Amino acid sequence: MKTKILLLLALTSTLFLSSTFGQEDLLTMIEKNEKPMVDYTTATFKTTRIVVGQSIELPPQGNLLFLISHHFGAINSGYENLYGLKQANIRLGLEYGLTKWLGFGAGLNTDKNTWDGFIKAKVLRQSTGAKKMPLTVDIFANTAVYTTKWAEPERTNYFSSRVSYAVQLMIARKFSNSVSLQITPSYVHKNMVPTSEDHNDIFTLGAGGRVKLSQRVAINAEYHYLFKGQVVSTKAYNSLSIGVDIETGGHVFQIFLTNSYGEYEETMLTDTRGKWSNGDIFLGFNISRMFTIVEPRQPKD
Amino acid sequence: MKTNIIVLLFALMISVSVSGQKFITKTGHIKFFSDSPLEKIEANNRQVNSALDVATGGFVFKVLMKSFEFKKALMQEHFNENYVESDKYPTATFVGKVTNIKDLIIDKDGVYNASVEGKLTLHGVTKEISEKGTFEIKQGKLSARSKFNLTLSDYKITIPGNVGNNIAKTIEITVDLTLEKANQ
Repeated sequence: MKTKILLLLALTSTLFLSSTFGQEDLLTMIEKNEKPMVDYTTATFKTTRIVVGQSIELPPQGNLLFLISHHFGAINSGYENLYGLKQANIRLGLEYGLTKWLGFGAGLNTDKNTWDGFIKAKVLRQSTGAKKMPLTVDIFANTAVYTTKWAEPERTNYFSSRVSYAVQLMIARKFSNSVSLQITPSYVHKNMVPTSEDHNDIFTLGAGGRVKLSQRVAINAEYHYLFKGQVVSTKAYNSLSIGVDIETGGHVFQIFLTNSYGEYEETMLTDTRGKWSNGDIFLGFNISRMFTIVEPRQPKD
Repeated sequence: MKTNIIVLLFALMISVSVSGQKFITKTGHIKFFSDSPLEKIEANNRQVNSALDVATGGFVFKVLMKSFEFKKALMQEHFNENYVESDKYPTATFVGKVTNIKDLIIDKDGVYNASVEGKLTLHGVTKEISEKGTFEIKQGKLSARSKFNLTLSDYKITIPGNVGNNIAKTIEITVDLTLEKANQ
């Protein structure tokens, strides 16, 4: 009798135990069974530009980004020029994400009818989980060709004189959901410069970042320092841009103030003619629209 | 006394072997579907971890939010960044039980009705849910299927006004798991 009671007690108690603690045990069991996943950091920046310059972001694989960049004229140009509103420097651009780590793009600038083409490759991706990587690193390279008529058609002009190149290394980290920073050392090569004192090879060091104010609004800033003694015959300042990102579904709208009139890397880095303290700044905006060209493949059910 | 201990051990062994009938998967499929006047949005997660204890009815699943795949990459980004906040709340879990597990006969192929209740945790919010589904036994494999609706505001997932017509307030969730006997 006594043994039967004991047996019953033991049975019920163990059954009771396994039914109450069983579910948590099951959770532990599937957690042990989980395959380790790499958690790649996404959306370090909202779009492929911090403000005027490139960010580490690429259009997602199979996506085409149409980007309109618009800079008005200088704000200090007076009422006659409607504080710059009468003037516009525009770049129309397309960018495509070929793979998760490689993208390319091209643009047409109204500034000296310049065509530019670039490729951008993600070398490292910030991640946590099974693979830990603190930074995202991109390499960017472009070529720009201006196509306006020669200034001095009577002399012998070479096509190569129209060409300049820029190479950038972008090192970024998303510190939190709201704060991201990027360091951007850049190298620009110009085949032709105005005088022999001007360098053909020009180095700059840039930094940029964003702080999110809400899930859809962020403040961005970007600065590029032009090392002294490289651009001599023209007055070139360091580029500083401050803007607001507003995201609405498939669009990202960026509105900003910058002292760079140009919209491609070579002019932004080495030919920023505006000076903030003089009010020699430009109101500008970027509008981007993403188009899905190739949908990701999904297994059929 | 000696017999008591033996009986106790025996009883323990029985209960362990009874509760030892576990089925498990790490490639379960959960789909969600949002049907709104302007847009139909579908996302699939095929890396669902799940386990079912056929002795006790204990049933759990766990999904990594970032493993949901969308047709549009930008939607996937917004889903993770703006709606479910995957950096803050990386997973969703369900911990509960099949209340009528006794109806399920593991050795007999067939389709069985299932009632499931338990706690669903999503976006950091835990709610008691109670849903219906089916089990299918076929050649030793156990499939669990269920389709139910989930109201976003219950889980503090907010949809801003300007996309209010693009995203439904109630999302249809389809769970389709094929579980295999776990190696003990």
